[in-house]
Amino acid sequence: MNIVVCVKYVPDAQADRTFSEDNTTDRANVDGLLSELDEYAVEEALKIAEASGGEVTVVTVGPEGAADAIKKSLQMGAHKGVHVLDDAIHGSDAAATSLVLAQAVKKAADGAPELVLLGLASTDGTMSVVPAMLAERLGLPQVTQVSTLEVADGLVKGRRDSDTASDALEASLPAVVSVTDQINEPRYPSFKGIMAAKKKPVETWSLADLGVDAGAVGLANAGTRVVSFTARPAREQGEIVVDEGDGGTKLAEFLAKSKLI
Amino acid sequence: MGEVLVLVDHTDGQVKKNTAELLTLAARLGEPSAVFVGGTVEAARPRLAQFGAGTVYVVDNPDVTGGLAAPLAEALAAVVAAAGDPVAVLIPTGAVAKEAAARLAVKTGGGLVTDATNVEASGEGGVTTTQSAFASNYTVTSQVTAAPAIVTVKANTAPPQANQAGATVVPVDVSVSEVAKAARITGTQAKAKSGRPELAEAQIVVSGGRGTGGDFSPVEAFADTLGAAVGASRAAVDAGWYPHSNQVGQTGKQVSPQLYVACGISGAIQHRAGMQTSKTIVAINKDEEAPIFELVDFGVVGDLFNVLPQATEAVSKAKNG
Ligand SMILES: Cc1cc2nc3c(=O)[nH]c(=O)nc-3n(C[C@H](O)[C@H](O)[C@H](O)COP(=O)(O)OP(=O)(O)OC[C@H]3O[C@@H](n4cnc5c(N)ncnc54)[C@H](O)[C@@H]3O)c2cc1C
Ligand SMILES: Cc1cc2nc3c(=O)[nH]c(=O)nc-3n(C[C@H](O)[C@H](O)[C@H](O)COP(=O)(O)OP(=O)(O)OC[C@H]3O[C@@H](n4cnc5c(N)ncnc54)[C@H](O)[C@@H]3O)c2cc1C
Repeated sequence: MNIVVCVKYVPDAQADRTFSEDNTTDRANVDGLLSELDEYAVEEALKIAEASGGEVTVVTVGPEGAADAIKKSLQMGAHKGVHVLDDAIHGSDAAATSLVLAQAVKKAADGAPELVLLGLASTDGTMSVVPAMLAERLGLPQVTQVSTLEVADGLVKGRRDSDTASDALEASLPAVVSVTDQINEPRYPSFKGIMAAKKKPVETWSLADLGVDAGAVGLANAGTRVVSFTARPAREQGEIVVDEGDGGTKLAEFLAKSKLI
Repeated sequence: MGEVLVLVDHTDGQVKKNTAELLTLAARLGEPSAVFVGGTVEAARPRLAQFGAGTVYVVDNPDVTGGLAAPLAEALAAVVAAAGDPVAVLIPTGAVAKEAAARLAVKTGGGLVTDATNVEASGEGGVTTTQSAFASNYTVTSQVTAAPAIVTVKANTAPPQANQAGATVVPVDVSVSEVAKAARITGTQAKAKSGRPELAEAQIVVSGGRGTGGDFSPVEAFADTLGAAVGASRAAVDAGWYPHSNQVGQTGKQVSPQLYVACGISGAIQHRAGMQTSKTIVAINKDEEAPIFELVDFGVVGDLFNVLPQATEAVSKAKNG
């Protein structure tokens, strides 16, 4: 089974993330990395490929640094990488991102992807919509936000949890699947994996290579645009007491004083 | 004024509060209309009328009511076509509805904003939204530039305002495509109800973390005296101590209650992402250096197994006395 995994390069959540002058994500002053939630998709793809003897291709749409997200995925064990890199993509909205991804996935899979895997959400935009948009564009069934996955006999099966129920989902292949962080424990790249990654093929494609019109993507063509942003005022630290046998009472007093009980 | 569609969130025709909120927001942008999926519109009509729906588009088709995003997106697209040129489509945030909104954006070419905390009319008939970004460290205002504006809206964004309207029922026929039906739900297991309030809507949330060591009973007892929902950190969920549906954080629920109490939780960025917009934050932690204390209005450095039972007793005394 040949699997395409979409992975995003995002600013490190542990750092002070902010916006740049045109109100897009500031990537220049914050280190980037493979979105943590995409590691679960890469891990799941590797497991399926290991069981079925297939290949895993990772695709990313992003600026130059996004090559790092591919590198990490290759170190984990993916076989090939595709980097869609084009200045015209800067500031794209989710719909345009899914348009570029759809073309890239098709090209990476010679027109016929069998299984497309994605993470639950990126850790920067955190919209959780790209998998559904990609399924829409590819005309494939979506089995999304699953915490278990089984691929066999031309079917994908997964479990999706909501507040009130746990649903068993099923679709025939090919399909678009997104996985949650409950699904597995992503592996760390081994020394061998790190060395092997250096020799793995990575292709870089432009919009022209994909037949995508630059007028359909980018900040100028986005359906939604950030016009202003304000940092949440830092919370002022309140009173801290050390429990000397009366911590619970003091807590209750605070709640009463604050009219919370 | 153009039409603004609101997807109705309901159980068997019982309309949820978030729908009344969305109808209230819709009136700021244009003429509110409701989109009702299911066979129980008559039960819902009075409430939809009360909150200002002039028209109720009804899609009553078992292929759509199945709870999957692709058929719902086709239904929404059919209603958008029936309505003509709606200004906006407002959708209560939720996993399936959000993905339907995403597919609708691709189908219609509309601009998509998810998890909005406010929606307002901007000049020239446009729509402006407010969202949180980067683990709620920022509040962002966005302009939706492609019509229709497709916005998924969080609960508790605007107090519902009554605004009597006709709620004329307009049935919309939808024939769901084979590809949309290609994913199926083959089984459903209902979750046990705790009897406590819903996490996302609760006014008070008491959460437990790794510091509980797996014993949530003091957390639950304290929550019950406060009438609170119980939350958990991912460490507690991963250890199997509490269900994933109770996880608070980046990959769990985002909560914004009047009071959030973190018990034995260190305060990692991914946990903060789900709770730092809470009005008042309280923490109990053995370690005075725990980063959660940076956020608190009140903190107790101590063992939760000593502090919580005493607090529970004091609170129930205060309530009953
Ligand atoms: C603060 C902020 C606010 C934004 N607001 C909006 C908005 O309101 N409307 C809008 O349309 N866009 C918005 N965007 C842009 C949007 O985040 C990007 O277009 C993005 O690439 C797609 O959305 P996401 O990152 O939220 O993806 P999600 O839908 O959360 O991602 C799900 C999965 O899709 C895959 N994926 C996503 N992006 C890529 C990629 N570039 N390459 C490879 N795989 C990928 C990954 O597997 C990821 O785990 C915003 C971005 C930021 C940073
Ligand atoms: C991609 C990704 C997504 C994530 N999403 C989430 C998410 O949605 N939600 C989430 O919570 N985390 C999430 N995490 C995990 C997060 O990084 C932390 O690991 C997690 O929040 C830690 O949980 P904790 O605070 O319970 O445990 P710890 O960090 O182990 O903290 C336990 C705390 O309990 C205190 N303690 C111990 N015993 C007692 C006692 N008897 N009385 C009082 N205090 C005591 C300790 O001093 C310590 O501060 C995510 C991580 C990743 C990588």
